[in-house]
Amino acid sequence: MTGETLLEVEGLRVEFGASVAAVRGASLSVARGQTHCLVGESGCGKSVSALAIMNLLARGGRRGADKLSFAGIDLRGMSDREMARLRGDRMAMIFQEPMTSLNPAYTVGSQMAEVLRRHRGTSRRDALDRAAELLGRVGITAPGMRLGQFPHQLSGGLRQRVMIAMALMCDPELLIADEPTTALDVTVQAQILRLLAGLQRDLGLAILLITHDLGVVARVAHRVSVMYAGEVVESAATADLFARPTHPYTRGLLECVPVPGKVKRDQPLGSIPGVVPKVSPGFTGCGFRDRCAHANEICAGDIPRHRTDGDHEYLCRLPRDWAHAA
Amino acid sequence: MLRFLLRRFVVALLVAATVLTLAFMLTRLSGDLAISIAGANATQADVELIRKAYGLDRPVIVQFFDWVGRAMIGDFGESYFFKARTAALIGERMPVTITLGLTGLLIALFVSIPMGIAAAVNEGAWVDRVVQFIALLGQAMPGFWLGLILMITFGLQLGWLPISGTGSWQHYVMPGIVLAFTAIPALTRLTRAGMIQAMSSDYIRTARAKGLSRASILLKHALRNAAIPVVAIAAVQLGFMLGGSIVIESVFALHGVGFLAWESIGKNDFPVVQAVVLVLAVIYVALTMLADILNAVLDPRLRTA
Ligand SMILES: Nc1ncnc2c1ncn2[C@@H]1O[C@H](COP(=O)(O)OP(=O)(O)OP(=O)(O)O)[C@@H](O)[C@H]1O
Ligand SMILES: [Mg+2]
Repeated sequence: MTGETLLEVEGLRVEFGASVAAVRGASLSVARGQTHCLVGESGCGKSVSALAIMNLLARGGRRGADKLSFAGIDLRGMSDREMARLRGDRMAMIFQEPMTSLNPAYTVGSQMAEVLRRHRGTSRRDALDRAAELLGRVGITAPGMRLGQFPHQLSGGLRQRVMIAMALMCDPELLIADEPTTALDVTVQAQILRLLAGLQRDLGLAILLITHDLGVVARVAHRVSVMYAGEVVESAATADLFARPTHPYTRGLLECVPVPGKVKRDQPLGSIPGVVPKVSPGFTGCGFRDRCAHANEICAGDIPRHRTDGDHEYLCRLPRDWAHAA
Repeated sequence: MLRFLLRRFVVALLVAATVLTLAFMLTRLSGDLAISIAGANATQADVELIRKAYGLDRPVIVQFFDWVGRAMIGDFGESYFFKARTAALIGERMPVTITLGLTGLLIALFVSIPMGIAAAVNEGAWVDRVVQFIALLGQAMPGFWLGLILMITFGLQLGWLPISGTGSWQHYVMPGIVLAFTAIPALTRLTRAGMIQAMSSDYIRTARAKGLSRASILLKHALRNAAIPVVAIAAVQLGFMLGGSIVIESVFALHGVGFLAWESIGKNDFPVVQAVVLVLAVIYVALTMLADILNAVLDPRLRTA
């Protein structure tokens, strides 16, 4: 069933208080069994978008959307109780902070087992068996011993593996992975990403992977969305995006990495002069215009969303072939 | 872990030694013991006789070590007033004081923890403000005053509870409540702060991402971590309460160790005063150590370190 849309987000908005518009009408969709990468500079709203989809926003965060559906279920009007039944069962999430994401007071085994116990009513013993099996699956040796350990006894890489295994307890259809390797050292980063790619292939899992690393995008993504100042400014199939980046921001990001597959590893994003603006509610026009070489007065008005063949979308006043004409 | 406990034990011993010295000096500094014992009408000869009989004619340092040596084996001498062994007196009264202290602690925990949780979950809302106000009130209210108010209301006017004595469990209700109020403000604040911190932590976000029920998130994941300092401080608070029982026991005429101390102070019964101070201090030191042990037991990071 690969290719069928699993998660569809349109016009996602998140505001904190009266002055912060962290996400402003972002749209993206994740197909079953595929990896969708969400990239963008620090602070552009990637984590907030992911949390909003899972309805896990911190207190004070308000969410709105024109469409927010998962496997055909509308998530918008869902009560927290109904949403909790989906979370951890059909949609799971792992976080940017592996060191602090596990509860220090409980063993790895107990934290993993409770997911299955909650959603499936499995017995403790069976849940622990499943936990041990998954720890093995994510490449942890001596799973039985690890089950009895506390988080502080594990390294960051191991903790992130535990988080991944825990997310897989109920065989979810969607895994949202928010920069799962940012806090880890380089060799571990590669292992974790290989692991995710392997799981995605073997389990037919759909992954929404948030990352800074364009090398990772080129290797694992089926589709890429580029986020800037709370909006998805461009979205395309991976090869298409690397071959024909259209939004000036995307082009800026890819400047030094024109060929997919030959991307320099760990290329930091944001080698463009200037910083992401902090945007308040009521802001109109293109968020990138202050840093854009092609900006003019039109960019302060409503920006058209272009959709070209092959589902290549971008949000800019410029025509599709502007880069070739220039 | 073991080294940590050993270090704590050495500190506890040092504190106990200091208390021992202070308890001894307390009585020697308050004037000539022989004169106080002999009483106002005694002759010089009587005083000399008493000085000899109680060994008060020896050098202070000898008296000190003699006293310490006896105190170590639980021999606090004879009460001047009760004409009984001091240790036996204290042993007799201790159950009342301990019952009172534990009653107070239980009431305090049963009130503080739910209030702290409710305040944390509704941070900034009216529930939170009410709880904070109660905590402030508890802190500002003198125990004997609250005791009297309760006695008048529930004892005299409504006649629900006995106002003095130790006959039944009902006798412990009002003094327990009064004593609990000394610990409720601190325990409530600690629970509230701990829960607020826990609820905004990453592992609670994980618990929510796992789809756990609200009860499990609050009580299993957040409270388990927030409770670590609360439980430890509760042990220390029990020490405060046992010390504070001097006032409460005299208000409610509960014949515990506190009441004994109060009586003895009035009668210049120094061996008893000295012994009560020492025993309460040692219990306090022991409870402080217990707090550290509880901390370590509840926090896996300390336990397995
Ligand atoms: N709880 C919050 N309260 C107020 N503002 C917030 C909150 N959480 C996030 N923000 C704001 O929302 C914006 C987007 O943050 P977000 O964490 O989504 O960035 P990000 O794209 O994930 O960045 P990074 O790559 O550093 O993780 C930031 O400007 C941030 O300050
Ligand atoms: Mg982030």
